[in-house]
Amino acid sequence: MKKHQWSLRLVGMTLSAFLLAAGSGPLSAVHSEDKAAPNTAVKIDNFSFAPGSITIAAGATVTWTNNDDVPHVVSSDDKSFRSKALDTDDRFSYTFTKPGTYTYYCAIHPKMTAKVVVQ
Amino acid sequence: MPRFIRDNQDKDGIDRRGFLRCMAWAGTGALWVMEGGILKSFSLSALAKNPTAAAQGQLSFVQISDSHMGFNKAANPDVVATLQAAVAKINALPQTPAFMLHTGDITHLSKPSEFDTVDQVLKDAKPKTIFYVPGEHDVLEDDGKQYLERYGKGTKGNGWYSFDQKGVHFIGLVNVVDLKAGGLGTLGEDQIKWLEDDVRHLKPSTPIIVFAHIPLWSVYPDWGWGTDDSARALGYFKRFGSVTVLNGHIHQVMQKVEGNITFHTAQSTAFPQPAPGTAPSPGPMTVPAERLRSVLGIADVNFIRGRHTLAVTDSTLA
Repeated sequence: MKKHQWSLRLVGMTLSAFLLAAGSGPLSAVHSEDKAAPNTAVKIDNFSFAPGSITIAAGATVTWTNNDDVPHVVSSDDKSFRSKALDTDDRFSYTFTKPGTYTYYCAIHPKMTAKVVVQ
Repeated sequence: MPRFIRDNQDKDGIDRRGFLRCMAWAGTGALWVMEGGILKSFSLSALAKNPTAAAQGQLSFVQISDSHMGFNKAANPDVVATLQAAVAKINALPQTPAFMLHTGDITHLSKPSEFDTVDQVLKDAKPKTIFYVPGEHDVLEDDGKQYLERYGKGTKGNGWYSFDQKGVHFIGLVNVVDLKAGGLGTLGEDQIKWLEDDVRHLKPSTPIIVFAHIPLWSVYPDWGWGTDDSARALGYFKRFGSVTVLNGHIHQVMQKVEGNITFHTAQSTAFPQPAPGTAPSPGPMTVPAERLRSVLGIADVNFIRGRHTLAVTDSTLA
């Protein structure tokens, strides 16, 4: 996890250095940097999402894995993504292409809430 | 004779405090009789020796819940066998129940084969009529379309309905569809409006039995054990003399009396769940195999007309 944060920071630093140099440079250049964004894992354990909040770069994929003995359904509040029922050890992946804050919850245990911040 | 058990003399791993805590949720085979809003309890063994009128009520039905067909984890690798044991228990009751209520989580993953298996097992039960309400596990993939196709004939909305039996008005409610982030169970505007209309024509003396999957009272909101808009719905019952609410979802027996309303939750036929706040999460609780059937069960309900008396008997599968 630490490693991910560090490499994210590196990407951020590289990006800002690049943007400073290029001024309002072409957006396509930013996108090519984003492809390097690390994919991130979220675990579902004991009726909670861990980590409860993650920050990723646009273009990164988040993969949820259900470690509980009961199914969970990963569902965004704005219905932009929704998994099938994830039984034990099932996974669900979603690639976030647009920056923003995505709050999500378990559609059958709605007390379970978390968020993905896409930069 | 010592007044206290100081430590675990039987070396069975269960001390007195642990035992009492267990029995609080396990369901001890007690008979609860509600008279004028006051709960009285009798032990089942005493009843067997000296049966009261309550045990031979004018209307008798049985509640089963949370059969979770398809579940196969350590907490119960064979949920078919325990559902069959529940059917055997029902068939052995001294008075054949008029019908059964299944208060949801019929299946674990909403699979057609899981629904089929439950239907097959329940065919062996003596009561041939079964009234259902869905649990959240029955409406996983399609907002409950499959559930409605199988069990929703003649129901409204997501599957709510009412019917009358021997002067008792029964209301089946659905609080597991379209759940909101951060919230609890939800009845929703349409259903609450329907409910208001449904009870409007009833006399205050009409006994009412409401059944739904998630408890309609705040059992433990931290674990989602409650229904956000239940207070509004329950408001329509204030003018009635006898209202009983039967729920499932929490896989343990809990009861509460609030004014004219008695709340009761049934055990699961599949696996137990921990008492509120006693575990990191409400997930399935694994008990030693030989104890499993003592924490699963059915609820047998008897009603005596004219006395506003409702008796709920929780029996384990042991």
